[in-house]
Amino acid sequence: MNKKDPKYGWADYQKEIADDHYYFARSCIRQNFFPAAEGVFLNIIRNELGKDIYDDALQTTCTGIAYHSGILPLETIMTVVARQFALMTEAGYENYVCSCVTSFGIYSEMLEIWEKNPEKLEETRKVLKETTGKEFVIPKNMVHASDLIYKFRNEIKAKTKYRLVNKQSSEPLKVVDHVGCHYAKIFPARGVGGAEFPEVLSGLIDTWGGTQVDYPERRHCCGFGFRQYLIKANRGYSIANTKRKLESMHPYHPDLIIANCPGCTFFLDRWQYTIAEMEEKTYGENGYGIPVLTYEELAALLLGYNPWEAGLQLHQVSVEPLLDKMGIVYNPEDKYKGKNGEYLGAPVKPEILKVY
Amino acid sequence: MLQKDIRFREGLNACIDCGTCTAICPAAQFYDYDPRIITDTVQTRDNNKIEELLKSDTIWYCGECLSCKTRCPRGNTPGYIIQALRALSVETGLFAESEKGRQQLAIKRTVGESILKFGYCVYIDDVDTQMYPEQGPVWDWLKNNREKILERTGANYKGNGSGTLRLTPEESLVDLKKIFDATGASQRFEIIEKYSKEKAKQLGIPFGKGKDNEYFESVYEGGIEDE
Repeated sequence: MNKKDPKYGWADYQKEIADDHYYFARSCIRQNFFPAAEGVFLNIIRNELGKDIYDDALQTTCTGIAYHSGILPLETIMTVVARQFALMTEAGYENYVCSCVTSFGIYSEMLEIWEKNPEKLEETRKVLKETTGKEFVIPKNMVHASDLIYKFRNEIKAKTKYRLVNKQSSEPLKVVDHVGCHYAKIFPARGVGGAEFPEVLSGLIDTWGGTQVDYPERRHCCGFGFRQYLIKANRGYSIANTKRKLESMHPYHPDLIIANCPGCTFFLDRWQYTIAEMEEKTYGENGYGIPVLTYEELAALLLGYNPWEAGLQLHQVSVEPLLDKMGIVYNPEDKYKGKNGEYLGAPVKPEILKVY
Repeated sequence: MLQKDIRFREGLNACIDCGTCTAICPAAQFYDYDPRIITDTVQTRDNNKIEELLKSDTIWYCGECLSCKTRCPRGNTPGYIIQALRALSVETGLFAESEKGRQQLAIKRTVGESILKFGYCVYIDDVDTQMYPEQGPVWDWLKNNREKILERTGANYKGNGSGTLRLTPEESLVDLKKIFDATGASQRFEIIEKYSKEKAKQLGIPFGKGKDNEYFESVYEGGIEDE
């Protein structure tokens, strides 16, 4: 894309997203806490959109959480990132897609450092070669997984069975978009819409029939804060920031929150449970929470996937109020079963937060 | 020493004390924390003041959201300055002089060791609701039934090959260890252990390996007040 070409209009806020053939880098947080999400994403990219995406067994964490918590030197994460790019190179790919927003910020940061400081790039190449024997080519295109869903939002819409619409009232559902800080706040030019007008999730809401909720703390951090969450003694920071957002969005009665960062999705879900148990305050309707979904989980619902195969029973906030509003057909009896249909028992119910 | 750190050089370029970073900062809304003052302090190049920062809780309050990078009219990044100060605080052992700094031991022993053990920053087997109660009852349900649930959700839990929660191959773990050894991470881990052990001795708190000892529990759960 030539950003100076007037046909692209608001060029500074657009980004290049490759059309096919991707190397997929997984997220530590998403795999653990939303363990169906990446499988759903790969299925959408491969089988709904007919694209080629490579899922590599040899990949590792990018180490971003450790780096941002101050236990790793810059040179370490730089070399780990270089190893990830070397795996992409070895697999014969040029387009890198990562599932984690912390990782997306990390990859962007390393690419920017190498661009501005070629000597750091050479040092990294040397250390990587000496330690692992590997060599790498810098990706031609490096994007976040939500960028792909955004790019193909119309193609996905063409296949959907449901829309972000209240089936009874025919009104659009009110959807909060929460874009992870490290998606565009560090390097605005690398995010769709930049830091000022992030469109990567709001574009999904508009295309899939919902309406955006604009509220005062829309762009505030979820409060992960790395070491501010990892250490139990610091978690007041984390929950206070999520609470600030929830209090700010509550008067607008959102039906759904979507997030592109695995950490944000986790915190917006789990801190609702914690705030309910600590302060008897809930933010959804009738004592329930506001459902929080990742972009691929939302796409899966719209495409008619079984919500329990998509792992939505693993959210602490129940998703059933959303499913009912959208008129999604699901089997409540099926929620707590294993692969072979065996009933596994239900999770203990929280004392305050209502769950199905 | 700070001038050698690329994060410091990129993060600071003639701060004009406008306070925009403080206005946007989530940490400043929660803690007694002001990124403008930190930026101003390091700009003075007063080594005594900088040493005080390295020994203080202050540099550990930042959440690294990097909202400051977006907004600074001078293109500065207080969050990067914090990274450089934290690195120096650990390298010099001064992290052990503050309550918040001492928490680095717990991060090293959880996330840091998880990377080398599993190839993931966090892995389901090592996460429980005792250390992370906000995970909620749904986490207990997942963890207690993880083979069956993860099979249903299409994961490859502890399996070979690719997939969600797959076992990281030995060759990848070996690569990570070699990279950690060659780039200073292993050395930083040793420094964190060394100064933490010395501090525990000084404070008279039992210190041991892993998570099952009083010093670890104290830094993780909150608060070893200095004498």
